[in-house]
Amino acid sequence: MIVNGNNRHSDALLEMESVSVNFPVKRAYPFSKRQWIQAVTDVSLRVSMGETFGIVGESGCGKSTLANAMIGMIRPTSGTVRFQGDDLFSLNRQAFKAARRNMQMVFQDPFSSLNPRFTVYDIIREPLYIRGGVSESDMKGKVLELLNLVGLDEEDLQRYPSDFSGGQRQRIGIARAIILNPSFLVCDEPVSGLDVSVHAQILNLLMEIQQSLNLTYVFISHNLAVVKNICQHMHVMYLGKTMEAGAADSVFSNPLHPYTKALLSAILDIDVSRPRERVLLKGDTPSPIDPPSGCRFWQRCPFAMEGCKTIPAELVNVEPDHHVACHLISGFSSEQKAAGFAQPLSPQHGE
Amino acid sequence: MSKPNVIFQIVRRGGSLFSLIKKLWQHPKGRVGLILVSLLVLTAVLAPVLAPYDPYDVTQRAAKGLRPSLQHPLGTSITTGQDILSMLIYGSRVSLMIGVSTGIAIAFLGALMGVMAGYIGGFADSLIMRVVDVLLVIPTLPLIIVLTNLLGRSYFVIILVFVAFGWTGLARVIRSMVLVLKNSNYVKAAELAGASRWYIMTKHILPGTSHLIIMNTTLTCAGIMVAEAGLSFLGLGDPTAISWGKMLAEAQGGGALLFGAWWWILAPGAGIFLAVFSFMRIGIVMEEVFNPRMKASSGIYKLFKHLNNRYLDEVFRSMDDEGDPVTSEGSDTPPPPLSGGGHD
Ligand SMILES: Nc1ncnc2c1ncn2[C@@H]1O[C@H](COP(=O)(O)OP(=O)(O)OP(=O)(O)O)[C@@H](O)[C@H]1O
Ligand SMILES: [Mg+2]
Repeated sequence: MIVNGNNRHSDALLEMESVSVNFPVKRAYPFSKRQWIQAVTDVSLRVSMGETFGIVGESGCGKSTLANAMIGMIRPTSGTVRFQGDDLFSLNRQAFKAARRNMQMVFQDPFSSLNPRFTVYDIIREPLYIRGGVSESDMKGKVLELLNLVGLDEEDLQRYPSDFSGGQRQRIGIARAIILNPSFLVCDEPVSGLDVSVHAQILNLLMEIQQSLNLTYVFISHNLAVVKNICQHMHVMYLGKTMEAGAADSVFSNPLHPYTKALLSAILDIDVSRPRERVLLKGDTPSPIDPPSGCRFWQRCPFAMEGCKTIPAELVNVEPDHHVACHLISGFSSEQKAAGFAQPLSPQHGE
Repeated sequence: MSKPNVIFQIVRRGGSLFSLIKKLWQHPKGRVGLILVSLLVLTAVLAPVLAPYDPYDVTQRAAKGLRPSLQHPLGTSITTGQDILSMLIYGSRVSLMIGVSTGIAIAFLGALMGVMAGYIGGFADSLIMRVVDVLLVIPTLPLIIVLTNLLGRSYFVIILVFVAFGWTGLARVIRSMVLVLKNSNYVKAAELAGASRWYIMTKHILPGTSHLIIMNTTLTCAGIMVAEAGLSFLGLGDPTAISWGKMLAEAQGGGALLFGAWWWILAPGAGIFLAVFSFMRIGIVMEEVFNPRMKASSGIYKLFKHLNNRYLDEVFRSMDDEGDPVTSEGSDTPPPPLSGGGHD
């Protein structure tokens, strides 16, 4: 199933269909039962050309895993990833490499994303150098051009990453990511490892680059305020599953899932004028090893019902370009209601 | 601070071999080590020039058991009248040769196995790590005794056994380092650009482990020199060579203690101590340069640990400690607080 129904006519750059990624858990004893971390479960999405697509969720909910599956770094356990219409994982080696050069990533941790033994020049030109077929002087010219674009000086070329602050390192990482003229850039929490004071600078830089190079972004964040400002579409994830998805405007103006509401309650600077219900959650995120049956969120949901414990919530379309996976919205069938599924759980259920 | 970040810090600190030597020179303890090692190497290389007498000459009946004097600065042996200073100078050749050649062979084998286990992973990894487990529990001394009986007493057998059993510690550390580097984001970025495995291995992974290899090699050299002296003392070394361990054995057998010939015992003892001390100095200072948070425990204790293959585990454990003065990550923005806290 493809979400973002409204955009069906526009060009999709990247599509994911029911993508799941499981990681094996290292077994404690040779013959103990094999367990799986269900990092991403049944996620479908569609990123259109030129847009910024946001993915939000708590730490550990599978955002980076999903991003890695998008760019072909992790092969999904099931489901398909289509980039420019081609199934990424059924391409031959050559085509796969070519497709991947069209996608690049800006990483969360600006400290481990640059090789400490490389100079800035070596770092930025590396993708060109690996692709080959470019003369040294052309590479130098290109690197200088990018250095300019991201706001660093020519003198910085022969310095090492350790000489730079987090924000500057992130600029170096951005320059490296765009040197091959990709069409698709995944930004995995590009500012969360940085000082708050440079957040805006880096975000503005990313937006300028998007404008001038006509890039498509997938923007991963746990900061809803950022997503609200820059994204056209978004997915809210919890424990590897999509909770709410659609146009960012609809999700922000009309959040329907209790989890989205809780996330919104937690940020103060969005639209204080409008009164909204505050949703507060109890407890911690359960482990993605053997996640809860039924709705993944039920243990922490203040509105959980009996049926939520056993019946998984499917994503349903509530308004154009807005999908929610919640039994409160989709409701239960009459037989299920007769079986008491719609009974609210006692308030202490989470404890 | 997580272990990976400390590892990147180690990769970062130190650059070329030249700058590494410069850093050692700037460190007071490191400078002592460098000077001593250079002297040791010079002595070994120039032994025929430096030695005042022929150390193999056992025919000096008249010169038996002389006290240190101008003619014989360190005296002579009681039994054969060999000049102790000359023996000491020649003995440095065996110590250095065995220590360094074993150290280098272990560095190669350990690095190769560690990189294979870490980078190739899968079956190669399980196989290598099982071999490591097995080698760790085989006692080497009885094995050396059996092998020297079978193959004859020679340093070749000793080196062989040292190398065959000594690579395991290095392989384990290199493996965990490779695992971290392999999953680092800069390797990911190179893979996205289409880099081959060979490129990633040679440009990103091996250079990142080089310091650990050098540090481990100097410490291994020190450890092996002690072990060699021990084996020679037990009479398991080459019977025709002159080595410090064998000098000690001869001194004991020749009744040096009985006749109060202290110089005969003291000289080889000091030789062993200085050689081991100088290599250890370098290794430990290197480790301080790479990983300033490593606990400043005593060098002897570290050497003991090292000989037992446990030392590098401790290096790694020290990396897990909290609080890192060097890398500050800036202030992370915490994820939105979701728990209701006291609102119930
Ligand atoms: N290579 C892996 N092997 C095993 N488990 C993994 C692997 N990568 C991720 N996981 C697990 O999958 C889950 C999702 O991880 P992921 O890194 O995708 O989360 P995230 O949403 O990006 O979190 P963060 O905000 O902290 O970056 C986590 O429980 C994590 O422990
Ligand atoms: Mg992440």
